[in-house]
Amino acid sequence: MGRYVTRRLLQMIPVVIGTTFIIYALVWALPGDPFAGRCGARPCPPAYVQAMTDKYNLDDPLPIAYVKYLGSLLQGDFGETFQGLSVGEELLRAYPTTVKLALVAIAFEILIGIGAGILAGLRRGSFIDNLVLVSTLVVVSIPVFVIGSVLQLFLGMRWGIFPATVGGDASLYNLILPGFVLASLSLAYVARLTRTSLAENRRADYVRTAIAKGLPQRRVIGIHTMRNSLIPVITFIGADFGALLGGAIVTEGIFNVPGVGNLIFRSITTRDGVMVTGAVTVLVLVFLLVNLLVDLIYGWLDPRISHG
Amino acid sequence: MSRRRGTHVAAVPRSLAGDAWRDLRRSPLFLTSAAIILVLIAMAAVPSLFTDVDPRACDLAHSREAPSGSAWFGYDLQGCDMYSRTIYGARASILVGVLTTLVIAVVGSVVGMVAGFHGGRLDALLSRLTDLFFAVPMLLGAVMVLATFPSAVGTPAWQTIGKVVLALGILGWTTVARLMRSTVIQVKQSDYVQAARGLGAGAGRILLRHVLPNAMAPVVVYSTIILGVFVVLEATLSFLGIGLQAPVISWGTAISEARSYIRQSPHMLLFPGAFLSVTVLAFIMLGDAVRDAFDPRLR
Repeated sequence: MGRYVTRRLLQMIPVVIGTTFIIYALVWALPGDPFAGRCGARPCPPAYVQAMTDKYNLDDPLPIAYVKYLGSLLQGDFGETFQGLSVGEELLRAYPTTVKLALVAIAFEILIGIGAGILAGLRRGSFIDNLVLVSTLVVVSIPVFVIGSVLQLFLGMRWGIFPATVGGDASLYNLILPGFVLASLSLAYVARLTRTSLAENRRADYVRTAIAKGLPQRRVIGIHTMRNSLIPVITFIGADFGALLGGAIVTEGIFNVPGVGNLIFRSITTRDGVMVTGAVTVLVLVFLLVNLLVDLIYGWLDPRISHG
Repeated sequence: MSRRRGTHVAAVPRSLAGDAWRDLRRSPLFLTSAAIILVLIAMAAVPSLFTDVDPRACDLAHSREAPSGSAWFGYDLQGCDMYSRTIYGARASILVGVLTTLVIAVVGSVVGMVAGFHGGRLDALLSRLTDLFFAVPMLLGAVMVLATFPSAVGTPAWQTIGKVVLALGILGWTTVARLMRSTVIQVKQSDYVQAARGLGAGAGRILLRHVLPNAMAPVVVYSTIILGVFVVLEATLSFLGIGLQAPVISWGTAISEARSYIRQSPHMLLFPGAFLSVTVLAFIMLGDAVRDAFDPRLR
């Protein structure tokens, strides 16, 4: 177990270095003047350009500038943006909101997704089963920004059930609508996955044994079938959580949620390279770590998979 | 491809693709989705079949007018006919989807095939490279590429479209490469490949004649499903204001424009949104049907 974790952590190092290098190269090495439009309508004064070139090592060849950046990153220093804001602090301010939003979304996935999947899986071919199949297909095909805009229009503006935008106050209640929109796609996948997995396991030998030895229906389904069926579902939800923690550019944009996705999108469009590289580095790290955690949970839930 | 194989080898046992085609022709899922997609392709190729209103003939007096008998889908901000613009918008959206899918299918297949067939150091190198690109979220990567090469309002249409295709293609090929690599590794060990090798066939011939045709199925299935996803991603990028730009008519740009007026004129969002959703639905259904037909375990 310990060796497995160590090996996985070591394997992460080249991936993180490579990914941050791709991002760094995308931000800094591509053609285009990094100072274009930075000082309003006039070109930037030479003194400013000089100071900024020194600060961000823009004169060095790309690999050297990157190694310097990596060096300060390893010391926990994410650098400062062009405006002199600390990238680390900005990230710390945005992250709690994104985590909260991701948790709300995951709650929807568990409640509605698994719930609908169980209802459908227990009665294959029934009306509920078909309803779940058709509605998940419809949800999967509607783009998130259409779902988001439409729900915002009706639930938020027309009927006023939920706040239409979040703004500065990221309370749980305010995050219900964006959380649901964020969850919608995965929710459909969770429902389908639960349904298939449940239907498959109901034909398994151990379920027949449990029925044959006279266990009540509740116990057969609730304990024997359910435990085994939910393993792939939990893996999916875990991996999805890792992706959600990366922030949701579209959903956060529509509902004006001050999270990481919003922060990244804003810094990309204003070409704030330091912020982009810093944020994406954190994001990739979180994604990889959560995935490792999911693999560990998988081994714990299903002892047949050993990480010896 | 499948049709040719199906009729070609009528006397001998049918190939996997031939079998798949026979199954497909009987699947209602396939027939429905294929019909929708054919209509969409016709819309993209000859939009004037569906409307005789010029999508660029706009009258500001009609700005944001609601749907009526004379204009079924209403008018957009510039007072252009929404129905006509939605029909004409199919071309850019579908073009981006098809081109991006072609790019990732070719790039991914080549990388995966070389890695799987060659093995050893080259495989390790290419696989790690795939991991790197896989770790960058797709939408985020595309946003970064497009923000670095922004399209202005005057940029020619093919350039704007090309940029979006590239931005999506750069990060999109990884899954195809992984799929291809694992199937090639399986196929490589099969008897007929050993036989071909024993008869003295070169690496190129083995790859093209024996490995590729038998390792194609998962990539074909994935490509069908992902095509719809690329159409959505294009629309999402345009929605964010950095994908396709003004002279290009597309569902994404229409939805992006509708955003600020969603409260007063929801029709500007609903119609292009509905067309977009139906397109994605059709490709997902087609992908499901093709997967069922190609998956021998379900027979």
